[in-house]
Amino acid sequence: MNRFEYIRPATIAEAVAAAAAPGAAYLAGGTNLIDLLKGGIVRPERVVDVTRLPGLDAIETLADGSVRIGALVRNADLAHDPDFAHRFPAVVEALLSGASAQLRNAATVGGNLLQRTRCAYFYDVASACNKRTPGAGCAARGGDTRLAAVLGWSEHCIATHPSDFCVPLVALDAVVEIVGTAGSRDVPLESLHRLPGDTPARESVLEPGELIVAVRLPADAASFAAHARYLKLRERTSYAFAVVSAAAALRIEHGAIVAARIALGSVAPKPWRAHAAEAVLTGAHPDRAAFRRAAEAALADATPSGDNGFRIELSRRVVARALARAAAGTPARLPALPASPFAPAPGGLHA
Amino acid sequence: MSKHHVTTTINGEETEFLCETQETLLDVLRNTLNLTGSKEGCASGDCGACSVIADGTLVCSCLMLGVEAEGKTITTVEGIADGETLHPVQRQFLEHAALQCGFCTPGFIVATKALLDANPDPTEEEARYWLAGNLCRCTGYDKIIRAVMDAAAEMRGEARAA
Repeated sequence: MNRFEYIRPATIAEAVAAAAAPGAAYLAGGTNLIDLLKGGIVRPERVVDVTRLPGLDAIETLADGSVRIGALVRNADLAHDPDFAHRFPAVVEALLSGASAQLRNAATVGGNLLQRTRCAYFYDVASACNKRTPGAGCAARGGDTRLAAVLGWSEHCIATHPSDFCVPLVALDAVVEIVGTAGSRDVPLESLHRLPGDTPARESVLEPGELIVAVRLPADAASFAAHARYLKLRERTSYAFAVVSAAAALRIEHGAIVAARIALGSVAPKPWRAHAAEAVLTGAHPDRAAFRRAAEAALADATPSGDNGFRIELSRRVVARALARAAAGTPARLPALPASPFAPAPGGLHA
Repeated sequence: MSKHHVTTTINGEETEFLCETQETLLDVLRNTLNLTGSKEGCASGDCGACSVIADGTLVCSCLMLGVEAEGKTITTVEGIADGETLHPVQRQFLEHAALQCGFCTPGFIVATKALLDANPDPTEEEARYWLAGNLCRCTGYDKIIRAVMDAAAEMRGEARAA
């Protein structure tokens, strides 16, 4: 870890001013940043600790029925808020499928959105990485591409965004509240992250110093609560990043789908909303054939970024299965291993 | 840059220390305060060997800066026993021989204490899910889970689980 200046601002205005300087980084839960510091992957000159800023740790319902989650709400605290879980079960399932108890206790809402990719070449400072060192090249191309992107990638970067939490959030039209030196603004979560293009080091639309202060879910996002699931395929049955994940939320009336929300995780450089797949389902009968058509539409633009074509069909199956689970209804109690395709049968002992 | 002066409560005692910004809480515990029970396994939050309870919450001390401990109340594995009397969790780990090399054990003890403080009557599934962030490469976890379940029963004042 390099030496850096440590600042603990008392107000949002102080934080934004301190972080607008070149070489500054925000510190919240630290579950990703400290790791990156240790590996020398990021080397900030100044770390701005926002964890003690007042007023950013509340979960509140606003007058228009939307729900506002403060950026410093810990992942575990959000997941265990009974009212939030009742309204947004897929978000909770995603949160509880991520990381470990220790990390969910530390990780924050804002930090989860801005977590960096888990691409092994990004973490290996001996490998070329355009994200770490612009213009250096991409060692992942032609390397081990088993977990690399199949949507939204460019020849300069094939890394994926690994968040679970963001997947149902983007499906449910979450909005990100941002404060910067020039004032505050709202950005839809779907527009927060940038596709890599030829500048993969610029991962979001945030300007220097801009701070995420809250995430809002619109009032109608709760209307999917009866049919909302998150499905996460991973290489072991607990505590691993997704190979592919999907959030599916349906509103079903009189046996027909009147609205559908679908997003994919860990297959693209950003949480990937599948609008075309949603359109396929609107008005359809919720059955396997419709779910397969939706899955085809969700992956229509997918292309392998290496020897990873299997990820495209895998993603289709995860989307179709997430939709089938959503159609079957949100369970009253989440399975012991949230979001797992291998959720144990009732009475099973091994979680 | 000068060292930071940090005032904190560790295992019930007000504790002051000086640290560099780039030292983690785990570095401070082990190297400055000689509390070497917390271990550095992976140093990246994957193994849980460095688990401590900070303001009532189980966290990895390797992913927290020493300066972040200012004003916080920290419990390490050294603070689990009551003087010479082992905590039921520690006693049950011994009873079940729920360790081999022992490197992961402090993290498991602290994580189990945090679990049982919040949920005195966990199911086996809940215990396994909670402990997913603590890796053991020796025992295969079954003895650990038996120790956790028996410690929970003992702390509830019940007879040993079957």
